[in-house]
Amino acid sequence: MTANAAVEFRNVSYCIGGHQILDNLNLAVIPGETVVLLGRSGSGKTTALKMVNGLVFPTSGEVLVEGRATTAWDLITLRRKIGYVIQEVGLFPHFNIAQNVGLVPRLEGWPEERVDARTQELLVQVGLEPERFLYRRPRQLSGGQRQRVGVARALAADPRLLLFDEPFGALDPVTRLELQDQFLALRNKLHKTSLFVTHDVREALRLGTRIALLDRGRLEILATPEEFLRSREPETRAFLAVLELGPQTNTDTLT
Amino acid sequence: MNRPGLAQDILSLTGEHLVLVLISMGIAIAIGLPLGILLTRQPGLKAWVLGFANIMQTVPSLALFGFLIPIPLIGGIGKRTAIVALILYALLPLLRNTLVGILGVDAAVRESAIAMGMTPRQLLWQVELPLAAPTILAGVRIATVTTIGTATIAAAIGGGGLGVFIFRGIASVDTAQILAGAIPAAALALLSDGGLGWIEKRFSVA
Repeated sequence: MTANAAVEFRNVSYCIGGHQILDNLNLAVIPGETVVLLGRSGSGKTTALKMVNGLVFPTSGEVLVEGRATTAWDLITLRRKIGYVIQEVGLFPHFNIAQNVGLVPRLEGWPEERVDARTQELLVQVGLEPERFLYRRPRQLSGGQRQRVGVARALAADPRLLLFDEPFGALDPVTRLELQDQFLALRNKLHKTSLFVTHDVREALRLGTRIALLDRGRLEILATPEEFLRSREPETRAFLAVLELGPQTNTDTLT
Repeated sequence: MNRPGLAQDILSLTGEHLVLVLISMGIAIAIGLPLGILLTRQPGLKAWVLGFANIMQTVPSLALFGFLIPIPLIGGIGKRTAIVALILYALLPLLRNTLVGILGVDAAVRESAIAMGMTPRQLLWQVELPLAAPTILAGVRIATVTTIGTATIAAAIGGGGLGVFIFRGIASVDTAQILAGAIPAAALALLSDGGLGWIEKRFSVA
C-alpha cells in the first residue's frame, strides 16, 4: 500500500438495503494528482467521494485521509481540511457571496480582516470581480458564477484536498468548458490533491491525471488518460464509444 | 347602547384577553419550537407528538375546556385551565411549521454545511433556523390568530377576557354586548395577523 497517499481506499465496500453500492474498492490518491472517479449513474462514485469527508462510512474496509481512517478523525476537523464542491453548489441563500466564501475561515476563527482579504483574493482567482460580487446574494448570480463561488468557498481555508461531485454537470457546455479551463489553471497554480466525480468521459480525460472507472461498485480500471484510451475493458470501451460519436451532426447522415 | 362604564369594561376585558393570549402563546412557543426542532432530529417521535397535537386540535374547543376542568393541577375553574387549553390548541401549527420549515431546507445547502465542517449547533443556528424562519413565523401567526379567537371561549370556564361580553350577551339576548366582545376580538386578530405578517416578510429575504 502507498505509504504517503493523500487518500486511500482499503478494501472498501458499502452495502445499503441489500444493494452493493461499492464492492471492495482499493485506490490510493497521490498528493498533488487529480483522480477522476468516472462511472454511470449508480456506479458508486459519489458514495466513494462522500466517504472521504465522512458523509458516508464504509460497511467494511476503511478510507484513510493523510494516513488516518475517517472513523478515527474528528469529523469537524477532517471536513474543515477538505474543500467540497457539489453540482447544486449548496451556497447559503441567506448569505451574500462574501459570507459564503468566508464561511470556513470564520468557523475556524480567522480575524475579520484576514477573512475579507482572503475572500477578495479568492474571487479574483475564480474570475469574479470582488467589487461587483461581494455583496450579492447567490440567487442574483448565473449558474456558472454560482459554481465559481462554490469553488472559491471550497478553497477558502486553503485545504490540501478538494472533492468535486459533478460540479459542472448542470452548466451549459460553453460555461462548463470555461470552468474546466479554470480548474486546470488553478490546479497548476495551487497543486491541490483532487478527487473529481463525473459521468462525462471528455471531462475525465481533460481533467484527470488518472481516471478510476467504476462499474457497479467495482473499480474496473485505474489509468492515466493515455492508458485509458487504449484500454480494452468492456465498460471503458462503452465510455469511449461516446467519444467516437465525435462532432457528428445530422447533416452527416443526410448526405 | 349608552351604558356608563362600557368603554372602561371593553378596555379592561381587552387587556385581560391580551394577557391570556400572550401568556398562552409565550408558553406554547417555548414548548413548540424546541419540540419541533427535536422532532427533526428524532424522526421516531414525530408521529407520536404530531398525532397528539392533531388530536388536541380536533377536539371541539368548548369540549376541551370542559375536559380540563376535572383534571388535577392543570384543571379547575379559571385562567389556568384556559391557558392550558389555549396552549394545547396553539401547539399543532407551531410544531408543524417548525418541522416543515427545517425539513424544507434545501438538501444541497444542508449537505454543504455539514461537509464544510459545521457543528450540529452551527448548522441549526446559522443555516436551518434562518432559512426556516418565515415558515416558523407563519406558524406563530396562525397560532396567534386562532388563539385570539379561541380565547373568547375561556370565559365559559371563568377565564375572563372578551368572551365575558359574548357569553353575557348571549344569555341576555343583547346584541350590543355580543358585539362589544366580538369586535375588539376581531380587531385584535386582524392587527396581530397584519403585524406578524409584516415581520414574516422581513425574514423571507432568502
